[in-house]
Formats: sequence, C-alpha cells, structure tokens
Amino acid sequence: MRKILSGNEAIARGAYEAGVKIAAAYPGTPSSEILTTLSQEYNEYILTEWSPNEKVALEVAIGASFAGARAMASMKHVGLNVASDPFMTVSYTGVKGGLVIVVADDPYSHSSQNEQDSRHWARFGKVPMLEPCDSQECKEFTKLAFELSEQFDTPILVRTETRVAHSFSPVEFGERIESPIPLGLEKKESPKYTMVPIYVRIRRKFVEERMKRLEEFANEFKHNVIEINDPKIGVITSGVCYNYTKEVFPQYSYLKLGMVWPLPKKTISEFSKKVKKIIIVEELDPFLETEIRAMGIKVTHGKDVIPNHYELSPEVVEKAIKGRNYRPPKERVNTSELPARPPNLCSGCSHRALFYAIKKLGLFTFGDIGCYTLATAPPLNAIHSTICMGAGVGGAFGAMKALGKEGLGKCCAVIGDSTFLHAGIPPLMDIVYNKGNSTTIILDNQTTGMTGLQEHPGTGFTATGEPTHQIDYEELVRALGVKHVRKVDPYKIQETMEVIKEEVERDEPSVIITTNSPCMLHRRVKRKFEHPFYMVLTEKCRGCGLCLEAGCPAISWREVSQWETMSQDGHKRKGVVDINRLQCPGCGLCSQICKFEAIVPGEG
Amino acid sequence: MEERVINVMLSGVGGQGTILASDVLCSVFHEMGYDVKKSEVHGMAQRGGDVTTHFRFGKKVYSPLIKFGDVDYLVSLELLEGLRYINWLKKEGKVLLNLQEIYPPAVNLGKMKYPEDIVGVFKKFFNGRVYTVDGLDLAIQCGDSRATNVVILGAFSKIFDISEEVWERNLLNHLPPRIHELNLRAFRAGRGAIS
Repeated sequence: MRKILSGNEAIARGAYEAGVKIAAAYPGTPSSEILTTLSQEYNEYILTEWSPNEKVALEVAIGASFAGARAMASMKHVGLNVASDPFMTVSYTGVKGGLVIVVADDPYSHSSQNEQDSRHWARFGKVPMLEPCDSQECKEFTKLAFELSEQFDTPILVRTETRVAHSFSPVEFGERIESPIPLGLEKKESPKYTMVPIYVRIRRKFVEERMKRLEEFANEFKHNVIEINDPKIGVITSGVCYNYTKEVFPQYSYLKLGMVWPLPKKTISEFSKKVKKIIIVEELDPFLETEIRAMGIKVTHGKDVIPNHYELSPEVVEKAIKGRNYRPPKERVNTSELPARPPNLCSGCSHRALFYAIKKLGLFTFGDIGCYTLATAPPLNAIHSTICMGAGVGGAFGAMKALGKEGLGKCCAVIGDSTFLHAGIPPLMDIVYNKGNSTTIILDNQTTGMTGLQEHPGTGFTATGEPTHQIDYEELVRALGVKHVRKVDPYKIQETMEVIKEEVERDEPSVIITTNSPCMLHRRVKRKFEHPFYMVLTEKCRGCGLCLEAGCPAISWREVSQWETMSQDGHKRKGVVDINRLQCPGCGLCSQICKFEAIVPGEG
Repeated sequence: MEERVINVMLSGVGGQGTILASDVLCSVFHEMGYDVKKSEVHGMAQRGGDVTTHFRFGKKVYSPLIKFGDVDYLVSLELLEGLRYINWLKKEGKVLLNLQEIYPPAVNLGKMKYPEDIVGVFKKFFNGRVYTVDGLDLAIQCGDSRATNVVILGAFSKIFDISEEVWERNLLNHLPPRIHELNLRAFRAGRGAIS
C-alpha cells in the first residue's frame, strides 16, 4: 500500500514498522506531528507520552532501551539543547533496544528562536546521524536507524528540517516487525550503563572504536549514493538540499549522503576522483565542507556562494551556483510594498487581554516561548525579551537583582502553562531560594497552544486522551515557597491591572495565575463568554482608535463619508471602527477599553 | 501522462482551508499515477497569517518547493494573497482567484489601504488566463461560508481532464461524513462556476 504522508507521519510509520514500544516527545515545530501520529494511529502497539520536556523524553527512551525495548524520542532542534545532557552520555553507554532520537531543524526560523544546525550534535556527541530527503526516506531511514542502533550499540540521530518534516509525498507501507531483543533488566550489564569515572574510561575507548567501525560501514552504506552524469561538476549534498539542487541542475553528478555522520571518507575520495569540480550544497553551516576540505579534497564551491543563513530553495541554489549568469524572473508588481499579514493572537485570546493590561502598566516583560511571543508585535508591543523555554522567569529575577529596589514595579515575567512545567519551575525555585522579588505570571490556557494543542501534565489528560492527574499550579508554587499567589480572570482588565500592579511592586516573590482562560482553539475546554458578540454603536464612536491598540483581528477602522464626520454627541471624527460579527467571540475586551460606551453587547 | 512537472501554488489566509484543498489535489493526482509533493508551513498558520502551499505533480518530482517564477497555476482563496504571489507565475501561467477580501492588520488599523483592482492587475499580465469565482457567496448559498475552499477546488478541478467521480471521492475521503453533503454541493457549485 502507498499513502501520502508528511515526513513526520512517515517517521511515525517507520517507528511503528520497526517495532518501537516506547515513544516520548515534547512538542516543537516542526517535529510535533511525529508523536501525535503515534499516539493517535499506533497507540495499540506503542506507548506514547508527551513528556514535560525533551530531557525527560530522552531519559524515558533511554530507560526503555536499557530494558530491551526499541524506543524513540523526538524533538525540535532547540529541544535537543534541553536533552543534551543525557544525549552526550548515552553515546557512551550505548543501548540495548534500538534508540532513535529525531531532531527537526528549522532553517529560516519559521517558528523558532534560532536557526541552529543540529548536525554538530552528531560530531559533538559522537553519534551517527541519518538525514532523509523526503517522506519515503523518512520512513526507511527511521526503520534502518533502529537496526543500526542495535548493530553498533549506539543511540542514533535522524535529522529532518521544516521542508522534510512538513512536506508530503508518497510512502510505501510495510509490516510491523517486533524486535527480537527480549525485554528485561540485567544487573550484570550495569558497568555499561553506569557512567562513573572507572566505567566512563572503558566506554570512552569503545565510543572511538565504534565511530571507526561506523565510518567503515558508511563507505558501504546503500543510502550514500553516487550518481554519475556529467563528470564536469560533482555535487556533494544531503537531505532536502539534494532535491533542490537536482531540480535545477539535473545534469550534474551527485554524491547524496544518507548518513551525514560519520562521513564515508573513502566514498567521498572516490567521488572526487570521478568528477572535475566539487560543489557542496548544504543548508546552514559548512558542516560537510569543513570536513571534506580537511580531507585535503579541493572544493570549488561551498559556502563562498551558498548562503549559510536561512533556508535554501531551488532558486537560492540556482542563483548561488550560476552567480552572474543567473537571470531572475521579471518582477510584475513590487509585492514587498503590499500590506503584510503577520500571524496574530486569535480574536478572543486571553493573552490579548492580559498583555493589554501589561502594556497599560508600562512594564518591561520577560517573555517565554509560546503563542504569546505574538504580543511582541504592534500594536501590543508588550513582550520585551524572548530567549528560550523558561528563560523569562530567571531573566526577570536577574534583572530585578541587578536593579535592586529601583526595579520594583517595572518588570515581570510571563510564561505559558506548558512552558512553565517544561522549564519554569527551577528558576521560580531560585527566586524564592535566593531571596528575589520578581513576579511570574503563568498564562494558563490549558494546552500547548502554539504547536497545535498538545496535552501536558497540567491539562489532566495524556497523549492518548486518557484522564490523569492534573497539576494544581497554586499548590505547586506554594510548595516552592512562593507566599503571594494570586489568580486573575484576564478578561477583567481593571482587576487584572490592579493585581499585577500590587504584585510587581511587592518586595517579595509572587506568582499570578490566569484562570478560566483556555486557548480559543481548544477542543475540550471552552470559556463561555457572557455575550455572543459585541457591536459598535456607530453614532457614538469617535474614531479615537483606542480599541485598536488591542490588535484584535475582528476590529477594523474605516474612514467615514462626508455625512458622518460628527459623532452623535457632536465630536468631529475622521473614521469609525467596525466589529466583524463572524470573527467576534464576545470576549468584551474592546468594550472595556472604549471610553465612550460605543461598544456594546450584541444579541442573538 | 504529462512528462514535465506541473506546479500549483495555493495561497490564502490561515483558517481558509488551503491545506484541505491541497490535500485533495495531492490524493487525486497520486491516484492518477503521478509522483506528487506538497509543502506548507504551519505552526503559526492558524493565527491569521498568510498560508501558502506548493503542490507539484509529474513523472518524478524532486523539490518539495516550487522554483520562484515557475508556477503554472496560482489558486488564491483571497485577493491580496493572490497578488502577493503574482511574481511567482510563469509567463504563460494561469490564475484562479476567489473574489474575497480579508483585511490584514495594517488595513484594519487604517494604516495602509487594501490594494485596488487586483483582478485588473492580473488581467494586465495574464489576459485570457484569469478566472474569478465568488467562492464565499456560492459557499453561503450552499449552506456554510466555511466551504469556500471547496467551491474554489471545484472550480479548479474543471481545468484538468479528470472525472468528477475521482475528485468527489477523494474530497469526501478527507472530510467527516456529517459534512459530506454540504461539501459536495459546494464542490459542484464551484465546478459549475467555470465554463
């Protein structure tokens, strides 16, 4: 059977066919759909979980592997930073059941805080890495990865990126084959799994020998493919970059690497002798180029022409390689001048109300990772720093330490519910332990919103939708020692502002938790607003534009005709606002902002 | 069978259903024996941003992304989102526009104007190869504004020599049964809107 799958769905299929028993992940674009697919379509065979963070996900997979099960952890590129601690050491211990780590890069930062190149982890951690170029390879390489992991006693990385993870192409299905390794924990194996110095030194040598064996294997690996066409130019490339280059230069010769670490040095030398000039096409860093140049092979073009930032595409590759001979298509319209359509918080989103309050208080906001980064954009402009998961909480604490009493009333940290459980607890502990005074606002929308509504330990449901224990944030933060814990309904702006003001001015640690503020796209939990929608009493509207400062997509401004230049109460106006009834969920934020009672509940 | 690769670009606004339309295209052409590739960016797509899908079919498709300037068919569910990709079209490319305007934030805030006469701009460059459909109106007539994407898909399906049965079966495969009837009406209304 052949089906059209995304790269992520194909990886899930590959894991299923490989007999995987345990799969763990924390959601992150573009990797999230791997675990979603496993938990929805293959949960009869595979135990799946959304872990609180990537480090935990990998540790769960490692434990399962030590017990003999084939196991997988999947994450986005920055997720592997979080999981890097167990990652660097599981390289030494090796595995029992096959252990695959999927890492999904995001060149051009479509939905990420940086553009890092995960191939460096393979070299750094001394772990092999496979790189598929389309969905069929995603499935095959994932399956193969489990075999190689067991054969070479190593964890193994499968690297994708946005255009592999989120592109769809046909995949040939196979049967699930259960792993032959019996389940069970063996105490006699403990020196292999216990990385104390005496055993580290043994495994350290093993790692080097393993990588040598893997390099030998890479030279024979059937997915490191030489394609000789015109021998004048030979391209060395991998993954989706192969597809882009092959698209525009089908006549060239190719060495397509299915395994990007360790490199098949013999194969590369052999290829370099068969072609006249070598061009290396790779996204982001000169990873292959550095290694190949270090082998003493002459490289005609690499990062001197191929950009090392953003993502590649057929025209980027064509332009880079053709150089001055590239003729761009004719420009018909200057589209850069068209009004842009940046993503925005949904109409009715509780984040909008909360950030409107913060904006009015004029606070410097240490933000975190989630939908609320959208509050950075105008007109809200209410997030002033974003680094990584959990960084807002520690950041606000550090800033307040630096500013001393001067900082009181000037800043706060905001963090989503899922992000708080991922990485927000240790910094909050730090605020209390080290006698800080910063305020942390937990934006509880009862889901992992940005990545497509995944469950987490605060939602009360597992990845497969089973009810489970639900964390009580108030109990949790009180246990850490936070004495001032307040709950706010963010849709009540005045009250919310008063609570935030009190807490940021307080010279003690405090936490504010939003309540009854589920994500507008939430499938299970909905907030019931008092009115079905709001409307503008056009005769009362002065066109002041104050309501527009909330940036709600349902509200728009229009110029008025010459007969409407006066409001009912005799004020001159250039325009008025309208509310799109189809888009308005009735949250009422705008009616609280309007000073002229021009926005009122609608009926019916 | 077409030897060369045909490039279709679908554009629209998050929530309009470009992704469903491209899913159906993918399965229809796959069923017809073509190699297919489809690429989209999501993650932030549900939040009102612009959404573009690259759909390619042919004997063998390599790149999941269309090369700039190589689009054979531009199908847009929203006028401004069509105009945004006008430079992607080949000289001999064809255009299908849904006559719907959804204002972006800068227009809503009164800071920029929504471009005028977008259809006219397309006609200037692609005279005789610009098709327009009032998809929203037809969808409302069929019973739900949310079926606009399916109306446009119906209109686009007329361009290809593939039976209505194949299109409709693949469309329904992607939808829950309770909305089958509505979407069949919408698909047929779209198909009827292009002569």
